[in-house]
Amino acid sequence: MSSAVLDPARVGQGSGDATGPLAVRTEGLTKRFRSGQVAVDDLALRVPRGAVYGFLGPNGSGKTTTIRMLLGLVRPTAGAAWLLDSPMPEAALAVLPRVGALVEGPAFQPYLSGRDNLARLEAADATADPRTADRRAGEALERVGLTAAADKRYRQYSLGMKQRLGLAAALLRPRDLLVLDEPTNGLDPQGTREVRHLVRELADAGTTVLVSSHLLAEIEQVCTHVGIMRSGRMVLQGDRSVLVARGVSRVRVTTTAGLTGAAARVLAGLGLDEVGTDGLRVDALLGDVAPERVSAASVAAGVDLVGFEVRHPSLEEIFVELTGEGFDVAR
Amino acid sequence: MSHADPLASATVAPVATAAPVPRAQPGAFGRLLRSELRLVLGRRRNVVLLSGLGAVPLLLGLVVFLTRDSAMSGQGPGFIGRVTENGLFLVVASVFVCLPFLLPLTVGIASGDAIAGEASAGTLRYLLVTPVARARLLVVKAAGALTFVAAAVLAIAVVGLVAGAVLFGLRDVVLLSGDTVPLASGALRVAGIVAYVGLSMTGLVAVGLFFSTLTEVPVGAMAATVVVAIVSGVLDTLPALDAIRPGLLTHHWLDFAELLRIAPDWGVVAGGLGVQLAWVVVFGSLAWARFTTADVSS
Repeated sequence: MSSAVLDPARVGQGSGDATGPLAVRTEGLTKRFRSGQVAVDDLALRVPRGAVYGFLGPNGSGKTTTIRMLLGLVRPTAGAAWLLDSPMPEAALAVLPRVGALVEGPAFQPYLSGRDNLARLEAADATADPRTADRRAGEALERVGLTAAADKRYRQYSLGMKQRLGLAAALLRPRDLLVLDEPTNGLDPQGTREVRHLVRELADAGTTVLVSSHLLAEIEQVCTHVGIMRSGRMVLQGDRSVLVARGVSRVRVTTTAGLTGAAARVLAGLGLDEVGTDGLRVDALLGDVAPERVSAASVAAGVDLVGFEVRHPSLEEIFVELTGEGFDVAR
Repeated sequence: MSHADPLASATVAPVATAAPVPRAQPGAFGRLLRSELRLVLGRRRNVVLLSGLGAVPLLLGLVVFLTRDSAMSGQGPGFIGRVTENGLFLVVASVFVCLPFLLPLTVGIASGDAIAGEASAGTLRYLLVTPVARARLLVVKAAGALTFVAAAVLAIAVVGLVAGAVLFGLRDVVLLSGDTVPLASGALRVAGIVAYVGLSMTGLVAVGLFFSTLTEVPVGAMAATVVVAIVSGVLDTLPALDAIRPGLLTHHWLDFAELLRIAPDWGVVAGGLGVQLAWVVVFGSLAWARFTTADVSS
């Protein structure tokens, strides 16, 4: 199917609403728990085919509940979800063989070895070919670097090894879609790099990847698209450019003593907001004013430009701005 | 369905882009069932439990053997007095001793753990997204629990038979009525008793399975199952409840003695099994209704 192939033209589009074929789509998806808490509120998720979609948000923002609804584990209170164009949870048995998933951390039988745990999942998979089960399990273990520990009991695994086994389980069959909930949890920096590498490799082979994280930095480099959740709602979604566009750049003019007042007047004259000075430098929000207009106007007003700098906020800064304060959980 | 009707599939296909339902591999159910049985029977806790149950007839036989010539000879609960006459009765006596508590405990552990155990380990969500149909998983889990309970009853019976044969010897069986039947016929009756006791546990297995779908705490489901058996036993002693007693889970458990009469009343045996069937149907349906619709948030 051509739709499973990464489409650069589509990935490059700067619209918040993806228009091409979607690997994951939800409309009005809502989950209200019996306690009355609304975990997910009217969510419209759009994951284009071939994308690496970074599903971001602080702990407790509703990412995992959304993923559970996508996979048919939890029933939505309202709204609908489609995986690879099939309605969930109705089409779970038809579509889930094409979906690999890591949900809220790995979980396996503690007294079985890694290999035996994969064999159990193979036995449970009615549509997988049992004749190739051992080979596929071996390949999956190899792929996540767990071959040496394959015959140790799961109980003896470190957190990082458990996470790797979870990834191996998701890779037991070729998948069109991978849903990875916090895949780097518990991994050291080297392991995190390996997961990023794996995600990129799978995406290059045409697999759509939905990867959630509460840490933007861990997945920022591999994402073609992002969706940011806060308190059960999607606050921003689209390809990477929407995130960059969302951040407002600042301009900073450094001049000689005595000219800061004139520089500030120039910036204010161009309609820039938040003009401020510290005696030598003047800075302001750039907004949609072209930086070259600022420099030209400054020179025309006789302001010597010792330095001129346009600063884009990092994705991290934008993420924090959108999701609220650092370490606090959403509720 | 073994064959696809091309016309039907063409009209049913909802959207052009929707993927066809992948065909299940032959023997898929058997593979999951074998995996489940390996898991249940290979688990150390369960092996220890089976060994413990197997030790009951051994201990019972040794105690009876060592006290047979003393003043205490022949004392104790029913059937024990007959063990010295015929080793075959050690099977019946052991089953009788295990019925009030040890067997319900075994049933509670096997069935209470079935779904709740996977939920508490978090493995339930991975089985379901593999995917496994929830109804199929429930059937496999029920089969696993029933197999374990059967293994428990058989462990008691087999050890009882061997210990009885070695300690007291096997001979023609004197029935409750005083009639004597040949050893082969007596052994068949004892086998029938073991089967009846095993089937008497099925209702409780269904109850435990239902509890297991309600919680993520396996110990809770296990304890609740045992409590149901105990409460049922207590209610069965209250004459005021005569109207409902025949429907109680435990009311017919001791009717296995019917098989030791010269002409067993098969209506009594069938009645006991019928009550179990009713409990299986009711609580099996409840478990199915609950499990196929429940949110899995563990």
